Amino acid sequence: MSETASPKLELGRVGDSTPRIDGVPKVTGEFAYSSDLQAAGMLWGHTVRSPHAHARIVSIDISEAVGMPGVHAVLTHEDVPGEKRYGLEFADQPVLAYERVRYYGEPVALVAAEHPEQARRAAGRIRVEYEPLEPVVDPERATEQDPLHPDRPTMSHGYRDDPRPNVVRSLLIRHGDPEADGEVTVSGVYEVGIQDQAFLGPESGLAVPDGEGGVDVYVATQWLHVDRDQVAPCLNLKPEQVRIHLAGVGGAFGGREDLSMQLHGALLALHTDRPVKIVYNREESFVGHIHRHPAKIWAEHRSTRDGKLVNVRVRILLDGGAYASSSTAVTSNAASFAVGPYAVDNALIESTCVYTNNPPCGAMRGFGAVQVCFAHEAQMDKLAEALDIDPIELRLLNALGPGGSLPTGQKITGTLPVADVIRRAAELDIPEQEELPRDPMRLPGGSGNTTRGEGVRRGVGFAVGFKNIGYSEGFDDYTAARVRLDADGSAEVHCAAAEVGQGVANVILQVARTELGSSDVVLAPHTTATVDSAGSASASRMTWMAAGAVRDACRAALEERQQNGGKAVDVERIYRHPRTTPLDPETGQITGERAHVAYACAAMRVVAEVDVELGLTRVVWIGTAQDVGKAVNPQAVTGQIEGGTAQGLGLALMEEIQTRDGLITNASFTDYLIPTTLDMPPVVSVLIEEAEPDAPYGVKGVGEPPTVVSTAAVVAALRAATGRELTRVPVKPDDIVGL
Amino acid sequence: MDVLTPRSLEEALRLKAERPDAVPIQGGTDVMVELNFDRARPAVLLNLNEVAELRGWSQADGKVWLGAGLTYSEAMEPKLAEALPALAEASRTVGGPQIRNRGTIGGNLGTASPAGDALPPLLVCGAEVKLASVLGERVVSLEEFLVGPKRNVLAEDELILGVTVDTGDESRQTFMKVGPRNAMVIAVVSLAVRVDGDLRAAFGSAGPVSKLVRAELADADSFPQRVAEAASPIDDVRGTASYRRHALRILTKRALDRCLV
Amino acid sequence: MRIELQINGEAHEADVWEGESLLFALREQLGFPGSKNACEQGECGSCSVLLDGTLVCSCLVLAAQAEGHEVVTVEGLADDGRLHKVQEAFVAAGAVQCGFCTPGLVVAAADLLKRNVYPSDDDIREALSGNLCRCTGYAKIFDAVRMAAAAL
Repeated sequence: MSETASPKLELGRVGDSTPRIDGVPKVTGEFAYSSDLQAAGMLWGHTVRSPHAHARIVSIDISEAVGMPGVHAVLTHEDVPGEKRYGLEFADQPVLAYERVRYYGEPVALVAAEHPEQARRAAGRIRVEYEPLEPVVDPERATEQDPLHPDRPTMSHGYRDDPRPNVVRSLLIRHGDPEADGEVTVSGVYEVGIQDQAFLGPESGLAVPDGEGGVDVYVATQWLHVDRDQVAPCLNLKPEQVRIHLAGVGGAFGGREDLSMQLHGALLALHTDRPVKIVYNREESFVGHIHRHPAKIWAEHRSTRDGKLVNVRVRILLDGGAYASSSTAVTSNAASFAVGPYAVDNALIESTCVYTNNPPCGAMRGFGAVQVCFAHEAQMDKLAEALDIDPIELRLLNALGPGGSLPTGQKITGTLPVADVIRRAAELDIPEQEELPRDPMRLPGGSGNTTRGEGVRRGVGFAVGFKNIGYSEGFDDYTAARVRLDADGSAEVHCAAAEVGQGVANVILQVARTELGSSDVVLAPHTTATVDSAGSASASRMTWMAAGAVRDACRAALEERQQNGGKAVDVERIYRHPRTTPLDPETGQITGERAHVAYACAAMRVVAEVDVELGLTRVVWIGTAQDVGKAVNPQAVTGQIEGGTAQGLGLALMEEIQTRDGLITNASFTDYLIPTTLDMPPVVSVLIEEAEPDAPYGVKGVGEPPTVVSTAAVVAALRAATGRELTRVPVKPDDIVGL
Repeated sequence: MDVLTPRSLEEALRLKAERPDAVPIQGGTDVMVELNFDRARPAVLLNLNEVAELRGWSQADGKVWLGAGLTYSEAMEPKLAEALPALAEASRTVGGPQIRNRGTIGGNLGTASPAGDALPPLLVCGAEVKLASVLGERVVSLEEFLVGPKRNVLAEDELILGVTVDTGDESRQTFMKVGPRNAMVIAVVSLAVRVDGDLRAAFGSAGPVSKLVRAELADADSFPQRVAEAASPIDDVRGTASYRRHALRILTKRALDRCLV
Repeated sequence: MRIELQINGEAHEADVWEGESLLFALREQLGFPGSKNACEQGECGSCSVLLDGTLVCSCLVLAAQAEGHEVVTVEGLADDGRLHKVQEAFVAAGAVQCGFCTPGLVVAAADLLKRNVYPSDDDIREALSGNLCRCTGYAKIFDAVRMAAAAL
């Protein structure tokens, strides 16, 4: 594998809209994604997956498969040399299933062959005998059914002791007087379907044996070092014998936090002593990675007659699927943000995530805040209606801000301009309704040519939401950066921050250029081999953390070079954000100064046209104001807002992984629909730049707030157009029509 | 697996007679998905791309001939769109431009999916399908051709040559397709309507096969209900039976409003 | 089976499995990995190429069907190292994030501008409706196509 450093960044410091450093290779097709890699003597790996959501494995017979043409290896759990289980936070997931399978598509065996077709044919000859078991598919009943993990891997981690079977984590936040009464009460039950990250680049990578017992894995991932730390013990290798290198990433959105082919490719490569490439197809991608947690949320809002929130009571049930992944943190996030960016003196919030045999869930952009935002914003509109108060005024009246507190007792010490984003979004001019006749492409139903204007009603919706930036609850979250500064002023920056498309490579280079005052800066390949961990490209943390680490390393390098008389230096620095501590397991209150580091908020206004007779929608226009701290690259920031908005719009209108008895029934882009060019309206973005005091250059993460808020805002517009409650997303035509 | 690429219709029919298990492939929009996802491994693929006789269209005496290799993009071109507006509208709803550039009318007939977008417009235009083998040609009405979901009367030694459709004198027609997003969808339900002396509607994705419903002009008021009642939709991953029936009523009403001017 | 293809103006040969798509052959056998393998069923446009000048999904063309025909991939758009206007505009407009959809979109946009020199916003949306992008929400892609149209 050849790896080269990035080209030099010719222009741009912090605050400039510098074109992407990888832009040219991406438009010419030269950029090497993880599925593009090849090596001499390379074999193709293939994963044999469970056709059952829950079954006992009676036997696995590989004898026929091993003799098939072109086949070099057929592996099962018996061939895993080290730990049999791995996991992002809890090692509860088998490398290859043994004894039983707990979800549809769970990996059971591996094949390596010279051509993928040979691998597929051999895979078809592996005889796995299953004894189907009753799947746990109803999260509301899961806590009464037999445990899927009798050893309770997530227990005894300082979480609340919940003895019910199949609880991944439950959290209770008791704030003020949870029984306090208001003068007006509104309640509702809300549901969110399973959303998929649906990144376009399928899971893929190349594992190359190093000839000395170790392995190099070139893969699309979000966190190189945590991959290494999961892979090495299962291979019975030392961490330094496993080197994870970032290959080109075709989108991530949380879906690459967990391992995909890393371990499997490495196992096959070490077994065959040949490079092994694994590329999932789209169907396999849908079953092979975690999804956004589906949720059911019961909410009750009590307020005074003039609209001041008195007490908010919320119960959240999340379906985590078969393995823990990052479910414990999603459970906590959903609880932390259940009230929304509003000040309330009293609250009772219960958040529970359960194990089931449904598709496994974990990280996706918005991470627990998306689900609750859909609920709290529907509740705020409902309350406004009950009180006959303008919904924007109601939000402003209750807006949280610096000095206010979350239900966890944590004071807002940094910036959080909730009232400002509400006002700025509400001020945006919305377009006039277009005249008829129009091309059907400009009407609900689009290319389907279903209306010339019949049945079309217009609605305007509004929502506001917020989310934490960075890892929370005591996680030791850090990012390393290393700078090699030569005597001539040229520099090479090493940072393992995963460039997943969000633009962190530019952040690193723009910061280095700002600090070093030089354009002669290149970014070295992202790898575990040359630099310490950067943490994950997730939780809207990477810009903040990478900027902090690179800034500190650059400043240290300049200082050191000055001290040694201008000779070349090579320094590595670790950056940490302010320390957090866990929530109290019994009360959900903070145990130190903070459980979260910082927050970012966004408000959004949506105009939609709905064909109320057919239940079809065209979103016409979206305007948003977002709290971004400081925009390191404004063009990239608006790109994040537009893209994040599209994902929330998708959840509102069309995106859902469907299941039957735990089996996914729409694992394709034919039936799992994401927005097309005809579904996304123009997005007007207002950036509110208020520097975050604890952050380098005052930056905040920007990736998640648009996704958090857009689902809620789009559905609000649909409610305004239809007069229907619409309590579940994605909203189906049936719901609008009232069937 | 073998790939056979005939250069003429005669050669294609001969190869099909010799290898009746050969799967014809033209635009590949259905067959390639089966291959890419390991759902089918035919012993032989019969590549029809080089058979010039299957291409193009022609018009004479109120009839239009559509070669089996006619693409959706070609069906959208102004001259043909004028003769067969519902087919042009249906074609505009098919996939994205890449699919419309490759997918063909013949492929839609061969696959015989209940969701085939070309089928309702062809049904309301009285399409007759011409089939051929080395033994000769035969013509069957499209209604007879479609016998079940993904099943048709094509014999294993036959190929689809094309269809003849009746453009009518004063025909007014339209096509509509419901999907949960505004482009690139498989029909949740679709409908073609033609008004030309009588009322004709044909629906897709609302029964095991696309089906034609006819009525007198005087029965326009009850026609939406009749069309909905003629359907036998199911619940599936794309939609519910009750929605499909409901949508058919709305679509038929709107289609009549467009066509009864 | 052995096939001979014209790719970006040059003859290439490859040994392919009979059931292989043009996309797989381009990427894995012929050294043109620019066309992307995102869905392999014609739903995303990431594998778009020109086949005899017509925009198609290379995942839905049997490799053997392309024999004797001209294939132009994203690698063939730049002229002697000079980026196509569409490519330049995609970089300048910020239309690229992860970039996995970009090669297909660049080919589709170039195809649009070849047929329609002054596309309206509706024309752009419809012409690109067969290309999915998960990162950008499309706004900057539309900007790029408008920018390229103005530059051409």
